[in-house]
Amino acid sequence: MEPPVAAAPPSGEPGVLRRNAVALGFLAPAAILLLVMIVYPTIYTIIRSFFGKNAHEGFLPHGSWVGIDNYKALFTTNILVTAIKNSAIWIAVAPAAVTAIGLIFAVLTERIRWAVAFKTVVFMPMAISLFATGVIWHLMYIKDPGQGAVNAGVGAVKAWFSSPGALSNAAPSTAVLTGSPQTGYVLHKPIAAGSTALMGLTAIPPTDLSSAAKQAVVPQAKSGSITGVVWRDFKPGGGVPGKVEQGELGIPGVHVKLIQNGKTVQSATTGDDGSFTFDNVSGSGYNTGIAASTFAAPFGGISWLGPKLITPAIILAYIWVWAGFAMVVIGAGLAAISREVLEAARTDGASEWQVFRRITVPMLAPVLSVVFITMLINVLKVFDIVISIAPGSTQSDAAVIAVQMWRQSFGGVNDFGLGSAIAVFLFVLVVPVLLLNVRRFRREV
Amino acid sequence: MRKTWVGVFALVALVAVVAGCGAKSASKSPSASGVAGAQKTKVSGSIQIVGVWTGAEQSAFNAVLDGFRKANPGVKVTYKSTGDNTPTVLATAVAGGNPPDLASVSQPGLVSDFQKKGALKNLDYAKAVLSSQYPTDIANIGKINGHIYGLLIKGANKSTVWYNAAAFKNAGVGKITTWPEFVKAIGTIKSSGTTPLSIGGADGWTLTDLFENIYLRQAGPTKYDLLSQHKLKWTDGSVIRALNTMGDILKSANMAGGTSGALQTDFPTSVSNVFSKSPKAAMVIEGDFVPGVVAGKNPLKAVSGYNVFPFPQIGNTANYVEGGGDELMAFKDTPAIRALVKYLATGKAQTIWAKRGGYTAPAKTVPPSAYPDAITRTVAGAVGRAKVFKFDMSDLQPASFGGTVGQGEFKIFQDFLKNPNNSKKIAGQLEAAAAKAYKAGK
Repeated sequence: MEPPVAAAPPSGEPGVLRRNAVALGFLAPAAILLLVMIVYPTIYTIIRSFFGKNAHEGFLPHGSWVGIDNYKALFTTNILVTAIKNSAIWIAVAPAAVTAIGLIFAVLTERIRWAVAFKTVVFMPMAISLFATGVIWHLMYIKDPGQGAVNAGVGAVKAWFSSPGALSNAAPSTAVLTGSPQTGYVLHKPIAAGSTALMGLTAIPPTDLSSAAKQAVVPQAKSGSITGVVWRDFKPGGGVPGKVEQGELGIPGVHVKLIQNGKTVQSATTGDDGSFTFDNVSGSGYNTGIAASTFAAPFGGISWLGPKLITPAIILAYIWVWAGFAMVVIGAGLAAISREVLEAARTDGASEWQVFRRITVPMLAPVLSVVFITMLINVLKVFDIVISIAPGSTQSDAAVIAVQMWRQSFGGVNDFGLGSAIAVFLFVLVVPVLLLNVRRFRREV
Repeated sequence: MRKTWVGVFALVALVAVVAGCGAKSASKSPSASGVAGAQKTKVSGSIQIVGVWTGAEQSAFNAVLDGFRKANPGVKVTYKSTGDNTPTVLATAVAGGNPPDLASVSQPGLVSDFQKKGALKNLDYAKAVLSSQYPTDIANIGKINGHIYGLLIKGANKSTVWYNAAAFKNAGVGKITTWPEFVKAIGTIKSSGTTPLSIGGADGWTLTDLFENIYLRQAGPTKYDLLSQHKLKWTDGSVIRALNTMGDILKSANMAGGTSGALQTDFPTSVSNVFSKSPKAAMVIEGDFVPGVVAGKNPLKAVSGYNVFPFPQIGNTANYVEGGGDELMAFKDTPAIRALVKYLATGKAQTIWAKRGGYTAPAKTVPPSAYPDAITRTVAGAVGRAKVFKFDMSDLQPASFGGTVGQGEFKIFQDFLKNPNNSKKIAGQLEAAAAKAYKAGK
C-alpha cells in the first residue's frame, strides 16, 4: 500500500513531511484526549490495584506495594463475593428479561389500536434518570403499607380475604392466658361452674378502645354460670397486672368462647364494662377463650427492601425503565421486516405462533442482539439504581461489582487500591462483550 | 506511523511539563506569602475552607466567619459546602495535590488518615487557646502522637433520649434516670399500647451509638478508650455484656415496625415516628440533632409535646457524655490560617453560632444563656458539664470498619438487631472485621 504514496511526489521528502504534519495536527487533539482521559487513567488504575490503601498518589502510585493482595481480597471478602454473585444474577436475568419483554411489547403494539399511546407510556420511564427512578421505587417498596405503594396494593388485595381484628396489638397481661395471636388466647387452667374468669389484656392503644368502654368490673360469681371480664389491664404507671383496678377500662364487644373438651359450647359478647356471662353451666373442665380473629394483625407489608427480595426488587425497577427502550428499538426493526415474507408464510398456512417463531424472531436477530448486548454492558456497570433503592441495612446484600468499586474507593473506606482492583476486574468482564460488539460493528461496515 | 507516535509523545511531554510548572509555582506562593505575613499583627491572604455544613449550619458558620472578617479585613475567607461528599472531595483533592486550606469533617478517622499520608499541618499553635477555652477531654480529641491535628469546632451530644410527652403521660411514666428505670419504662409503655422504641436500623450508626452509650457506662472510660484503639479485643467479656444489655431492649415487640421494620427505618423516619401527634413509638435514642431532623414539620411543641432526658445511667455514671462533632483540620499553614483557627476555638466565636441554635459548643466558655431554648440548654450544656466526654467510637476506627454503610460495624450491628440473642457470635464477627480493618490501615 505505502510505496506508491511515498513515490508519488517527485521532490520526495518535504511533501511527505508536510502531509504527515497535517495529519498529525488533526489527530493530535483526539489522541491527546484519548491518552490523558482514557489510556493514562486505565494504566494508572491497573498499577494502583497493586498498591495498598495508604499508597501515595503521584504521576504513578508509590509506597505500600501489596502485590496481588487486593485481588485476593476480591474473592475472599464476604461483601465482594456477594457483589460478584449479584452481578451474575443481574447478567443472567436482566438483559434477557428486558429483551424478551421489549419484543413482546413491540409485537403487541403492532396489533393494538392505541399503539402510540401505549408506546409512549412504556417509553416514558426512559425520560427519568436512573437515580430518580431508584428514589421513586425505594418509596414504592417501603414495608409499611401506609407508605409504600406496592405493599398498599398487596394489602388491598389481601383485605378482600381477611380483615384485621379489633385488638390487633393486644397481648395477655399475665401468664393466666396462654396462646398466641394466631391461635387466640385461652385460660391456662380449666375452671368449674360458679367461678369467675379474669382475662386481662394489655398493649392496647387507648384509641383502639371504643368510647363506650367503662370502668372494668369483676362480675359476681353465680352458681350454674361462668362469669368473667375482659379488660385493658393497664393504667398510667402500669398498675398491678392481673388485677382489676380503678381506672382500668373494660373492653366491650369482644367475642368470648366457652370451651369444653376442645369444643366451643357457648359464646358471648362482652358488655361495656367488659363483663360476660355463660349461663346453664355445670361441672368442671371448662375454659374460656378469645378467638384468634380478634387479634388478627393487619397486613404488615412484604419486606421488598429486606435482604432476600432486594435484588429481584431492583431488577424489576430496572426492567421497568429499560423495557421501553427495548420496545422502541425492536419495534423499529420490526417495521423494517418485509411484509411480503410474513404474508407469504401466512398464505402457506403458517400459524401466527409459527410466523413469530420462525420468521419474525430470526429476521429480528440482529436487532435483538444489539438490544441484548447493549443491556449486557449496561447491566455490568449498573450502579445508581442499586445505590438509590437499597437502604443502608441491605446495601451489601444488593451490591453489585460497580457499587462495591465505588464504596471501597469513595464510600467512606477510601481504599483506592481495592477499588482499583475491582475496577480492573470489572474491566476484564466487560472486554469480551466489547470485543463482540466491535466485531459486529466491523461486519456491519 | 512511527513519526506520528513520536509527535504525540512530544506533545504529551510538553503538556506534562507545562502542567508541572503550573503546579510548582502554585505550591510556592502560599509559603512566600507566609514569610511576608510573618511580620505579626495584620494578617492577609485568602483562606479556603470546605466542610460538611450546609443550609442553616452553613449560614451560621458564615456568621461566625463574619466576626473574623471584620477583625481581619485583609483576609478573604471563603467557605464552600461539600456536604456528605466531603470525605470524597478531600480524598480526591489531596490525591490531586490541591487540598483546601482548612476542612471540617465529621469523621475523626479522616483526620488520622490524612495525618498518616502527611497531608496535614499540626495545630499546636492553638494549644494555649484550647487549654483556656476547652474541657480537657475535648481538647485532647484531635491529638495524634502528642500533636494537635484536629480541633473540635462543633460538638454533638449523643447521650440523649428523646420522647413523646403525650405517650409518656398516657403510660404514666415519669422521670427516667437509671437503666433499670429505663427498662421498666419500656415495659410500661408497651403495656399502655404504645410501641416504646423507634430504632433507625437502616442506618447502622444509630445502633453503634446505642452500643457505645451502653459500653461507656457499663465498662467505663478506660476500657472504652482501649476498645476504640483496638487495644482491647471485641471478644472481651465487657463487649458481650454490653451487647446482652442492648439485646434486652431490642426485642421485636419493643420496636416500631418490629425487627424487620426497624431494619428498614432510616434515621429521619425513626424520628418522625416519635415526633407526631399519633406516634408510632414513644422514644428515639439519638443525639442532640434529633429535633433538627423534623424541623419545619414538627407538629409538637418543645417540652410539652416532646422532651429529652440524658441517656440512662448504668451504675454511678452521671454526666457521662458520648459525643461527636465536626473537626477542623489544616492542610496549609499561614499566619492567616493560624489566626482563623485560633479565633474559631474561642468561646466568643462559638457563642455567635450557639445563639442561632442547632449547635453544641465544645468551648466551656460559651455561657448557657447563649442557647436559644431550655432543651438546647440542657442538651448542649451537658457537653460543657461533662465529667467524662468520649468521642463516638465508630468514628474513631478505620472507616472500613466503623464508617461505611452496609459493611463492618454498621452491618454487623444490623445483623445483631436482626437476631439480638447471639452476642458471642456478633462479638466474634466484630473482632474479625476490626482486626482486618486495623491491619489494612497500617
